[in-house]
Amino acid sequence: MLTDEFDPLKGEMLCVMDEEGIVDRSLMPKLSNEMLIKAYRTMVLTRLADDKAVKLQRQGKLGAYPPSRGQEASQIGPAMALKEGDWLLWAFREMGGLLWKGIPLSTLYLFWMGNELGSVYPEGSNVTPSVVPVASQIPHAVGIAYASKLRKEKIVTLAYFGDGATSEGEFHEGLNFAGVFKTPNVFVCQNNQFAISTRRERQSASPTLAQKAVSYGFPGILVDGNDIFAMFAAAKEAVDRARKGKGPTLIESYTYRMGDHTTSDDWRKYRTKEEVETWQRKDPLSRFAKYLKAEGVLSDEGEIEKEMSKVIEEAVAAAEAVPAPTRKDVFEHTYAEMPPYLKWQMGPGGERQ
Amino acid sequence: MMMNMVQAINAALRMEMERDPSVVILGEDVGVDGGVFRLTEGLLDRFGADRVIDTPLAEAGISGVAIGMAMNGLRPIAEMQFMGFSYLALNQMINHAARMRNRTRGRITIPLVLRMPYGAGIKALEHHSESTEALYAQIPGLKVVVPSTPLEAKGLLTASIRDPDPVVFLEPTRSYRMLKEEVPDGEYLLPLGKARVVQEGDDITVLGWGAMMPLIQKAVDKVKASVEVIDLRTLSPMDIETVLDSVKRTGRAVVVHEAPRTCGLGAEIAARIYEGAILNMEAPVERVTAPDITIPLPKGEDHYYINERMIIEGMERTMNF
Ligand SMILES: Cc1ncc(C[n+]2csc(CCOP(=O)(O)OP(=O)(O)O)c2C)c(N)n1
Repeated sequence: MLTDEFDPLKGEMLCVMDEEGIVDRSLMPKLSNEMLIKAYRTMVLTRLADDKAVKLQRQGKLGAYPPSRGQEASQIGPAMALKEGDWLLWAFREMGGLLWKGIPLSTLYLFWMGNELGSVYPEGSNVTPSVVPVASQIPHAVGIAYASKLRKEKIVTLAYFGDGATSEGEFHEGLNFAGVFKTPNVFVCQNNQFAISTRRERQSASPTLAQKAVSYGFPGILVDGNDIFAMFAAAKEAVDRARKGKGPTLIESYTYRMGDHTTSDDWRKYRTKEEVETWQRKDPLSRFAKYLKAEGVLSDEGEIEKEMSKVIEEAVAAAEAVPAPTRKDVFEHTYAEMPPYLKWQMGPGGERQ
Repeated sequence: MMMNMVQAINAALRMEMERDPSVVILGEDVGVDGGVFRLTEGLLDRFGADRVIDTPLAEAGISGVAIGMAMNGLRPIAEMQFMGFSYLALNQMINHAARMRNRTRGRITIPLVLRMPYGAGIKALEHHSESTEALYAQIPGLKVVVPSTPLEAKGLLTASIRDPDPVVFLEPTRSYRMLKEEVPDGEYLLPLGKARVVQEGDDITVLGWGAMMPLIQKAVDKVKASVEVIDLRTLSPMDIETVLDSVKRTGRAVVVHEAPRTCGLGAEIAARIYEGAILNMEAPVERVTAPDITIPLPKGEDHYYINERMIIEGMERTMNF
């Protein structure tokens, strides 16, 4: 068990692949070439689609946007461990995981353009909409997992959240419930070192966030979040454990937010260029590419980038083609049935009430 | 000096911290970052990390710790990053801040200011456009204050910091950088619980607060009637005398708020007008409010937000009743 080998209380961190793309064979998880290429393509798509979102925001076509640059492995690795039918809950900076799960990029752009239809995912995708109030999705994940368990389904529920989220009461309450009820949950805390400007050290005096699991009575593991193999391996073990009815796991993905908190933020106010450059060397995408090339799995990165750029252009066009909500659109989903006074408020006409 | 509301609030915070060493600021990103709207910019450098406190991301914690500080001799100013996240602080605010004075028959009091940006009209992400002031205004023991201009913000925030009771100070996000006006460099204090008659008139009274005031002014400037405009400023305790004095003369009233209609403060104001001046009224109190729906995301926000035309129509309905 990786969770036994890598004890967060001792500060041990699971790392499979180093910055040069060299892997530790003893820890390397089994992945088919097909899976590797799919992962790489999703990572490239995430990187480019994320950059595009920032550009669109600068052009006034998108609202405030939280970039996930640097966190692609941390998001895609865990999602790769899920099976069809498993649930995924996100906050707002997890584009990679959503793309892996098959949420259309155009839908995500539509959401960031400020249209509720951007929260309407394909039927049966088992992905919940973006949650902005930090940490509030964590108890939902426990409830979803509880329901699966009650129905004796072999379904696992994975929730992402940030390091900042671990300070909220709902993190504690959610994980505590999960421990008590042994729900089939995987909690992925993306410790990207910041909650807006607030450093990780200010969130908790615990040396690691992974060790918080110990107090809830289930395993926690600290993982190199820029290493897609480590993230996948830890998540795979956690997903399997959950599926076997052995309860939840907390994964702390140790990563770095390369961009601003959102496009309204300016990271120069609270961190140095040198610090950012240190993390640039750990870039999850180039590390993965180095490995794939050395293994002969990947030959032409440029081709994939070109292909993905086209996917992105099409997604932007599709999102831009969706008309703005009508008055009826913003009224009619308040309740299953619209009360008479609301019909009057919506208009046109009708008796004043 | 000419200041926008952000600068005026910053100036009030700075001045009160200079004046009273027991004043401390705590909240998410208020220190190093100077606040996500730059409200607390420069305060960490001036007053140090013991008095300008970057906290963990925890609204229940921030409000609860601030209450503890207030119980033990400090005057905390706690920031909620947006009103939509202040609900996590409701337990502390409603169950403790609001009640401590009564619970201890005045022995323990909570001189606390809970500041937060609020309101829509800025095309923001979900939960960043809340206007749930009525939720706070219903709680006995809490004061609720909303400035509408930079000058007002300086005077009202200074008074809120010095007030012996917990004050929920709501800053209209839309107004933060909308306008600059002359704000005195020195101390500037406005009374809490006192409305401001912005403009006198005889035919109709239009009242509102916060970001509604500039919209009201624009609408009023376009109608022929002689309009009395009132900025309520303190939503709780409400200065109903000023409102009644006015409507007794005009006999007509329009209340404008960007919160939804049902159980919005417009209902409370209308009830008080009927209780105090029913025989003077020539028309029902008109409420110009947002509809009873969830605030739409940016692409649909215009279906929700108050505009000039709605205010003008409200005035016309009242005049033509
Ligand atoms: C309850 C709550 N408080 C405050 C905010 C404002 N806010 C948005 S994101 C953020 C930081 C979140 O940090 P973290 O959980 O580490 O996730 P990250 O942004 O780093 O992905 C804050 C304070 C919020 N969305 N929800």
